[in-house]
Amino acid sequence: MSAAVRFRWGPTGVGVSLAFFVAAFLVIPVLKVILVAFQDPATGTFTWVNFQDFFNTSLFRESFWNSLYVAGMSVLLASSIAIPLAYFTTRFNFGGAVLIQTLGVIPLIMPPFVGAVAMQLLFGSNGSVNLLLDEHFGFTLPFMEGLNGVILVESIHYFPFILTNLSASLANIDRSLEESAQNLGSSGIRLFRRIVFPLAMPGYIAGASLVFLKVFDDLGTPLLLNVNKMLAPQAYLRISSIGITDPMGYVISVMLVLFSIFSLWASFLALRGRDYASVQKGGGGLLKRDLRRWEKSGAYAVILLILAFVLAPHIGLLLLSFGTVWSFAVLPDAYTIDHYLRVFETSSQYITNTLLYAGLAASIDVMLGTAIAYIVWRTGLPGRKWLDYSATVALAIPGVVLGIGYLRLFHGWQVPFSEQPLSSWWVILVIALSIRRLPYALRACVAALQQVSITLEEAAQNLGATTSRTVWRITVPLMSGGILAGFVTSFATAAVELSATLMLVGQQSDAPLAYGIYVFMQSAAGRGPGAALGIIAVVIVGLGTYLSHRIIEQSRRLRSSDRVIGEVDPTLE
Amino acid sequence: MNKLCWLRTLLIPLFATVCLSAQALEEKLVIVTSFPEDLTSVFQAAFEKQHPETKVEVLNKKTSAGVKYIQETAGTNTTDLFWVSAPDAFGVLKGKGLLQPYQPTSEGIPDLIGSFPINDPDRYFFGFAASGYGIMYNTRYLKAKRLPVPREWDDLKQPIYFGHVGMSAPSRSGTTHLTVEAILQGEGWDQGWATMKELAGNFKTITERSFGVPDGVNSGEFGLGIVIDFFSYSSKASGFPVEFVYPTITALVPANVGMVKEAPHPQAAAAFIDYLLSDEGQELLFDPKIQRLPVKPAIYAKAPPGLPNPFEDKSIGAAVTFDSDLSEGRYNLVNSLFDQLITFRIEELQAATKAIQEAEAALVEKPNPTAQELITKARGLIAALPVTETEASDPAFVAVFTKKRKKATDEVPQRQAEVEQRWDNFARSNYAEAEKLAKEAALLVR
Repeated sequence: MSAAVRFRWGPTGVGVSLAFFVAAFLVIPVLKVILVAFQDPATGTFTWVNFQDFFNTSLFRESFWNSLYVAGMSVLLASSIAIPLAYFTTRFNFGGAVLIQTLGVIPLIMPPFVGAVAMQLLFGSNGSVNLLLDEHFGFTLPFMEGLNGVILVESIHYFPFILTNLSASLANIDRSLEESAQNLGSSGIRLFRRIVFPLAMPGYIAGASLVFLKVFDDLGTPLLLNVNKMLAPQAYLRISSIGITDPMGYVISVMLVLFSIFSLWASFLALRGRDYASVQKGGGGLLKRDLRRWEKSGAYAVILLILAFVLAPHIGLLLLSFGTVWSFAVLPDAYTIDHYLRVFETSSQYITNTLLYAGLAASIDVMLGTAIAYIVWRTGLPGRKWLDYSATVALAIPGVVLGIGYLRLFHGWQVPFSEQPLSSWWVILVIALSIRRLPYALRACVAALQQVSITLEEAAQNLGATTSRTVWRITVPLMSGGILAGFVTSFATAAVELSATLMLVGQQSDAPLAYGIYVFMQSAAGRGPGAALGIIAVVIVGLGTYLSHRIIEQSRRLRSSDRVIGEVDPTLE
Repeated sequence: MNKLCWLRTLLIPLFATVCLSAQALEEKLVIVTSFPEDLTSVFQAAFEKQHPETKVEVLNKKTSAGVKYIQETAGTNTTDLFWVSAPDAFGVLKGKGLLQPYQPTSEGIPDLIGSFPINDPDRYFFGFAASGYGIMYNTRYLKAKRLPVPREWDDLKQPIYFGHVGMSAPSRSGTTHLTVEAILQGEGWDQGWATMKELAGNFKTITERSFGVPDGVNSGEFGLGIVIDFFSYSSKASGFPVEFVYPTITALVPANVGMVKEAPHPQAAAAFIDYLLSDEGQELLFDPKIQRLPVKPAIYAKAPPGLPNPFEDKSIGAAVTFDSDLSEGRYNLVNSLFDQLITFRIEELQAATKAIQEAEAALVEKPNPTAQELITKARGLIAALPVTETEASDPAFVAVFTKKRKKATDEVPQRQAEVEQRWDNFARSNYAEAEKLAKEAALLVR
């Protein structure tokens, strides 16, 4: 009886405080801003007329289809980059798999502004590639024209979502299922298509739905490529212009939010009614087979080609950070280290701030993500799905909207023991970052939890463990791979977040890297230092990712050595 | 305290005026600005050297975001100074009562630069540097693509420049808004828009930020850009192969600074304004990374070579008498009209322009009156406007864009979305029709 009471009260308390957090820092600030969408501009009463206007305007309809097209194509292109990388690195004994997993995350850390500048310099209509093509073959290719450019940049930027989630899923599959299939004569592509990939579905769907949502709602890339006939830029252009108080920007934001919920729901449907949990975790090197020599060189060729392609923006960025003047030329005119010196002299506070903010935000995210995932999938609390939906909706909230919402909601309040308004306190910035990046961690945690068989937890409880003990000793350790993947993506993307940051930074000494890059990139002389700061951001986050992969590999090795006794045994004593 | 100080204290007690010579400044000064780090860091360092007791905090925000920030934080304001280019942005803040007046100590600054007033008549904001608009170009690009150097806006309409020009949108950049407004006022409403659309037909892209234009020219993404002069001068000073020309129709406008209402550090703010306008502060504008035109004529004696002196060279910015009231009255309408007719329909406009240019090229070799007539019709369709000059300045109509219901009973006649929908349809069908006519004309000549 007492166990039953605890079982109910613990999760309820956690659930209520989670709901409170999400309400205070996401739902209410956003509602405060988007209320305008439902007001009649003439009378201020509640109305749907603005939505009628939305569907009547051909510009918005075209924007909607363009956004949908770009998001769909980006998922396809990103999948074709991510699936081979994930498969090769998790299924074969492969030198430098950790390196590939790390390099594979780097594209996520494309700092704002500099990435698009670098891509234009390499692939633009007068970029290095096209200048060479034109000189030698007399033609050019429109890589970066219009929607093409957006699809290209978005897929390169976001495929790591699929890569990390799919890799975590692949590593978690019960190898005995693969072995059975092999014993029954399946191999190669057929094995992958019929057994491995379907079992890894939760990870793939988690990653793909993130890519889809992210691209659908992404603002930065289309804006930097000056493509504005898409929904997110349309909303932003309207919200951020001076003096324009019309509701259409907020109507578009509402449409973005609704569509995000819809596609999330669709991805739930895709997984519904199937059980992806397996009792045994992947762990050991049982099925990590060796490649034959020609296979190995083939695999290396494919992987190097993909890496060269997805790291192109960073290569461009590196050139930019060391180059003096790079103008209508294949390569910069000369090289220098002055940009780095200038950055170290004037801007080191950006780096420490970023580490602090992104680290805190990502920690908050994985804690919230694990808790929400547990409540949604393991308890029967009423309204639990809404916790998931509303946390995920943060993906679709333009940073500007969240920023303005925070300013409105928190400006009247003071930081305890000081005169400072709450809204310009750096902690608010951390909360904004964690809210904006929560969906990444959440999706990763949900995928990880879906692969943990509930029978393990039931076994623990039958043996007398309490709920909290079960969560801490059984569930969380089994989810650790997914949690770490969530931490990495949240950290990496929080480190380069700009739009909410720009609204909320209250003083320069509190500003993170992305803000520093933004400031540098507003002037001709700042292009080099801005790129140098971008490279520093990439290196920091890259190192962080590499270290966390090392940790996860190590703990996995430790665990697999216990497998003789049975993986979960030690935790049950 | 000297006499001047006493006098001022007596005359204008309401002003946040302080006697700088006598009092120490506050410890901190918070400035919201859209200027690049290259500019702000120079002034910040020089000011802190002169007033070591004051620490300057610079907050960099895009002009529009800065205006929003000051509005949203007005209840518990933490900002002392607003420091951006566009006088319109100050107009907005002044209109909302978010600035406070001040009387700077500096002397020797005339009332006008070109035909533009340097300071706000009510002393709410002050020009500290002037800038003009024109055409920036990449010399390597022009050489590689064998393009001639343009001198006037009309030159950029020629077919050879198709796909080589970049510009920002007035709704995105306060300085671009002034460029468009200068063309509209210089050539008249109808002719001005016709010019604008002919120019836009040759655009490669419309950038989201004003800095996107010099960035594109610097990197060679496109060869020519319609921008404010200092972008070009500072790019050139950083080593980029770029040059700049002022067309006859341009306006010289001041970049401004103003004190925010209830500034937490009013004395430091006042001292900063005075420093900007002092001889020493004005001279800092000649820094190679800044390169803006001082508003104090005497300082030009020390100007680096290549920087024009608008107080002597009267050809710059003299052709347009800039009417700020006219500009302010239709500010949002011009932004929206530009976006609906040009920014969002740039692809359709480019296609129509290309078709017309090709038909005209064919026509040169084989004259054909019917085809000529079709082309004239097509050009007319592109130039046509959905709104007349009188309408554009009609407060009742403009209210659609600026409406702010103060009371629940206030009524606004139309929704902005309705008007924009109409304009969008107008632009789309006109450009499509123009493209069709031009293609028919080309068929006739073939």
